Amino acid sequence: MFSFRAGAQKRMEETRAFATEEVAPGIHIRPGLDEDVTPRNEDGIANIGFIVGRDAVAVMDPGGSLIDGQRLRATIRRTTQLPIKYVVMSHVHPDHVFGAPAFQIDNPTFVGHAGLPRALAMRGDFYRKRLEDALGKERAGGLVAPTMLVQDHAEIDLGGRVLTLTAHGIAHTGCDLSVLDRNTGTLLAADLLFVRRVPSLDGNLRGWLKELAALQSVSARRAVPGHGPTSVHWPSGAKDLERYLGTLLRETKEAITKGMDLEAAVGTVAQSERSRWALFDDYNGHNVTQAFKELEWEQ
Amino acid sequence: MGTVKQSLLATFLTVATLFSAAAPANDNDNDNDAATRASRWQALQKALFSGRSLHDGAGIVKLDAPPRALDAALVPITVDLSTVKPIKGVYVVIDNNPSPLAAHFTFGPKADPHSLKMRVRVDAYTDMHAIAESQDGQLFVATRFVKASGGCSAPAGSDDSAALADIGRMKLHLIGDFVAGKPEQAVLMVRHPNFNGMQMNQITRFYTPPRFIRTIDASYEGGSIFHLDSDISMSTDPVITFGFVPQAKGQLKVVVKDSKDAKFDGSFDIPGNGAAAGNAAASGAPGA
Repeated sequence: MFSFRAGAQKRMEETRAFATEEVAPGIHIRPGLDEDVTPRNEDGIANIGFIVGRDAVAVMDPGGSLIDGQRLRATIRRTTQLPIKYVVMSHVHPDHVFGAPAFQIDNPTFVGHAGLPRALAMRGDFYRKRLEDALGKERAGGLVAPTMLVQDHAEIDLGGRVLTLTAHGIAHTGCDLSVLDRNTGTLLAADLLFVRRVPSLDGNLRGWLKELAALQSVSARRAVPGHGPTSVHWPSGAKDLERYLGTLLRETKEAITKGMDLEAAVGTVAQSERSRWALFDDYNGHNVTQAFKELEWEQ
Repeated sequence: MGTVKQSLLATFLTVATLFSAAAPANDNDNDNDAATRASRWQALQKALFSGRSLHDGAGIVKLDAPPRALDAALVPITVDLSTVKPIKGVYVVIDNNPSPLAAHFTFGPKADPHSLKMRVRVDAYTDMHAIAESQDGQLFVATRFVKASGGCSAPAGSDDSAALADIGRMKLHLIGDFVAGKPEQAVLMVRHPNFNGMQMNQITRFYTPPRFIRTIDASYEGGSIFHLDSDISMSTDPVITFGFVPQAKGQLKVVVKDSKDAKFDGSFDIPGNGAAAGNAAASGAPGA
């Protein structure tokens, strides 16, 4: 363990803890970078973290790569020795769940939306190959199948701390799961909530607006977004996202009504939002594409 | 003809398989794999056109695609064709896709074969080719390099349940006003998952059978506009923009057949009453 061999040093370096913010008592969140995956950031681009109860720890999310997950685990172990009993996977996207293998050693319950297995099966291999290209095979991580599926609602008990899990209708993706900690009034919204970093639409635009409206009536004083700051006031923290999605909806519909084709729409829709979001140019065109293919069937 | 096409496709798939085993598609964001791309295209050319020579398509065929895919599951492409040289058909090839032949259009007497648009899946950094076949049997090729999409999009698309729920539903509208005898551009939309299926996934134990569109036939007043042989490289809910020449008011009919032998019919009055006139009816094998 104290060898000077480069490999061992590298391994120790890789499992170093990272800084987290305690957004509410016992809820620790690592802020993700407003970047896309690079070898340097190890896909640590999402807000991920853990919740400590009296008897156990729940992870949400396990991280964007094996390395990201290992570092989260090291961070947890620096804070508490309680068993990691649950690993909640908020949805299918790699920046949230590819760190799951780092927790297999703890033999936890892996929790996911009932739609997650299908989504992982459809996309997992593609994501894995792409992440391996970016980070290398040994650092990328991989898929872990959920062992507990949530259909509507479920609860998990960490000892004096019961977390409410909600499986949402198609929104950001087709398998979004949120967590509510009633003890502290904290909503862990994952990618149902983007702040500062431009959202990516990968499910259904009307569905997302609907779920976002419902989430705003959840009684929580703060929410943890999947990207952006580690904590925002709730429900006011939903305003920017709601405005962006509303603009996307309205302007995409207008483009379709005018007879504009998809290629033209991607360059014009929601441009008023450009200066308000990080990575806007990297994702807005994708979002317009998603919105267009959904809304063109309505008219 | 059907069997010839099928065997072509089979050869294709074999070549693709060989390739993915021998030389995995290079996803690196650099251009120094030009040699790999060239040799892949050579093999595909051989499989598809068996030794026929391909001419530079400048002035005959033009392929437009975004330099970077915004969404791996839905990349809009445009093929423009010569207005001078009579064109019999067009092939669209996406070299690095698991099934590279995305589409083969054969134009009929009612076609105005000068511009085509469709949406395709793009798995990786890839060359894309449009090959026009002239009436006198010559082949002309245009090439385009497309970078893979970033972020979280995947060629499989998002949730296909909407596409399955009303599979076979169609919409059609004209671009511009109807003038009898003048070439007209029409946009055809077909609800279909166009999904290549999955083997049993070892991790999630999830399995989905394939279901994709094999052919689309569009005709006007009994005369063919185009026949399309397609494949899993076409996006979910295909949207195809094509040209035709309506001599007078009449009916445009569309027949879609898929890999489960389901047949979907749509008929649309031209000029119709604005956007989205039409009624699609499904027949054949029931949806899965």
